[in-house]
Amino acid sequence: MPLLEAAGISKVFGKLTALDGAALTVDENEFHGLIGPNGSGKSTLMKCLAGAEVPTQGKVSFANTDITAFTPTERARAGMSLKFQITSVLPALTLYDNILLALQAQSSLLDLVFSRTRGRLHDKVMMMLDQFRLADRAFDAAAALSHGQQQWLEIAMALAGHPRLLLLDEPTGGMSLEERRVTGELLQPIKQHCSLIIVEHDLDFIRDICDRLTVLDQGKVLASGTVAQIQANKNVQEIYLRRA
Amino acid sequence: MSQVSSTSTGTRAASCVIEPSQTLTISASANAGRQEVLPVIEVAVLIIAAVAPLLLQDYITVYATRVLILCLFALSFDLVWGYAGILSLGQSLFFGMAGYGVALLSRDFNVASIFAVIPLGTLIGFVAALLLAGFLLLGRHASSIVFVSLGTMTGAYAADRLAGGSYYLGGQNGIPSIQSMSIGSYALSEGPAFYYLALVILILVYLSSRFLLRSQFGLALAGLRENEQRIAFFGYKVQHLKAIIFAIGGAIAGIAGSLYAFHEGFVWTTMLGVVMSTQVVLYVLFGGSGTLIGAVIGTAIVEGLSFWLSDNYRDIWPIILGVLLLLVILFRPLGLISLVLGERERVGTFGPSPKEIRNAAS
Repeated sequence: MPLLEAAGISKVFGKLTALDGAALTVDENEFHGLIGPNGSGKSTLMKCLAGAEVPTQGKVSFANTDITAFTPTERARAGMSLKFQITSVLPALTLYDNILLALQAQSSLLDLVFSRTRGRLHDKVMMMLDQFRLADRAFDAAAALSHGQQQWLEIAMALAGHPRLLLLDEPTGGMSLEERRVTGELLQPIKQHCSLIIVEHDLDFIRDICDRLTVLDQGKVLASGTVAQIQANKNVQEIYLRRA
Repeated sequence: MSQVSSTSTGTRAASCVIEPSQTLTISASANAGRQEVLPVIEVAVLIIAAVAPLLLQDYITVYATRVLILCLFALSFDLVWGYAGILSLGQSLFFGMAGYGVALLSRDFNVASIFAVIPLGTLIGFVAALLLAGFLLLGRHASSIVFVSLGTMTGAYAADRLAGGSYYLGGQNGIPSIQSMSIGSYALSEGPAFYYLALVILILVYLSSRFLLRSQFGLALAGLRENEQRIAFFGYKVQHLKAIIFAIGGAIAGIAGSLYAFHEGFVWTTMLGVVMSTQVVLYVLFGGSGTLIGAVIGTAIVEGLSFWLSDNYRDIWPIILGVLLLLVILFRPLGLISLVLGERERVGTFGPSPKEIRNAAS
């Protein structure tokens, strides 16, 4: 049984059909890449999976539960996590507080009001920061980080709640080559406990870290398979050649 | 703390990749040194408030008491707007309902003990706000800011009209000649005694609010205010957070309303209406929303200016005041307090500091 199964997903914005019956299946501990030309519907599909958009048609199942009508909060509590395309760390808060904010999301109200969680979560906050090589900046404001570091902070925040599935929308956007390489390294250990769906323009990056790929074109799935299968696929080569 | 990691990833200027709305944050946080100005301002305001009745003429002390009560009211709006991003344009609903409630308690039941009046007023404000929040905020999906602000405004407008048309509530005349509030056998009339009572209550509410906002609940609210959708994706029940803070805001407005009723000695429909609601928005925007002391300073300055201007420029004072308010809101969107308070300190820290945690662990 796959962890996530999306079938027949359509999304229409007025006259624009962004998604037209797209489908996606992701197994436990699988890194799944979502690629395709600009405007092919990758981000829209991610938003439909995460609950930021409601699909016009189709069904999304996650861990054997139909979550199509779930709100983002309910999806998060079911074990799904999303990193937005646009960095949305909270710039005026310290890195420490950013992570803590993510970690304590499911704490009870009284624990929050009497700040009981802070002592309990301190080690975990520092561990997350350490894992993403940000520990020495823990008490700087997030706004002071470089763009790449902000992206790492976001990934750390998205992982804080121990999701079973992480959705990453263009995690390496605007990063230097070196930063991309490090991002790939940082993502590898996640595989032991979490699946990943990743939208990315950088094909080399995606080839390196993903097990399977799904190619979208004009809102439809053009091909889906292992990295080798996709690379050998004529149709896929064509749309990427056409774009280039 | 070394800055090694920043050099290894290049020294790309953060400002070029951050949205324009956030650049303000960065420059402000860069300017804010380690020195904390907030406690200094708070203590200064407290000292001024504590000695004021000794220096002021009696009739001005009465006016200043009213200002203190309005400060409480401003705190209630600041909590919901400045800290949770709920634009309540009907905050007077809770202020006025509590005022009417305690006026009826006095008129119909002949009860004026402070130990009955304040709890009842608080409860009325809390329950009314919770009910309205249930209606406006507790949908499955987040309600828009326009829906909430129009909804709260409509509530205030309707209450104003309903009270004005109700014989039981005294119609347009309201409920006059409320007896003095009593503490035991001591009857509290306007003047220094009432002033210090209002001050003590203001300080208690201020400190409780600060405790709440500096807790990890406050951290969740800071996240909520900055990016509501983001924290919903972490799994926060955003609507619940909002409803809770809205109800607390209602309770504080209720305390203010019940004090106001007994201080003025009567309640009337304006206490419930849109004008009163807008006034409190101005206080908070003027002083600085999202800081508790900003709400207090804003109220004191706006009311102080009105008092002075209406004495000296009898005909055109509302225009002068209006222009001043506009200038502040245009050029200091974070209020007067932002002249001295950096963004980093405004946002502040939450819960015990990590140092304290380490000490507790060892």
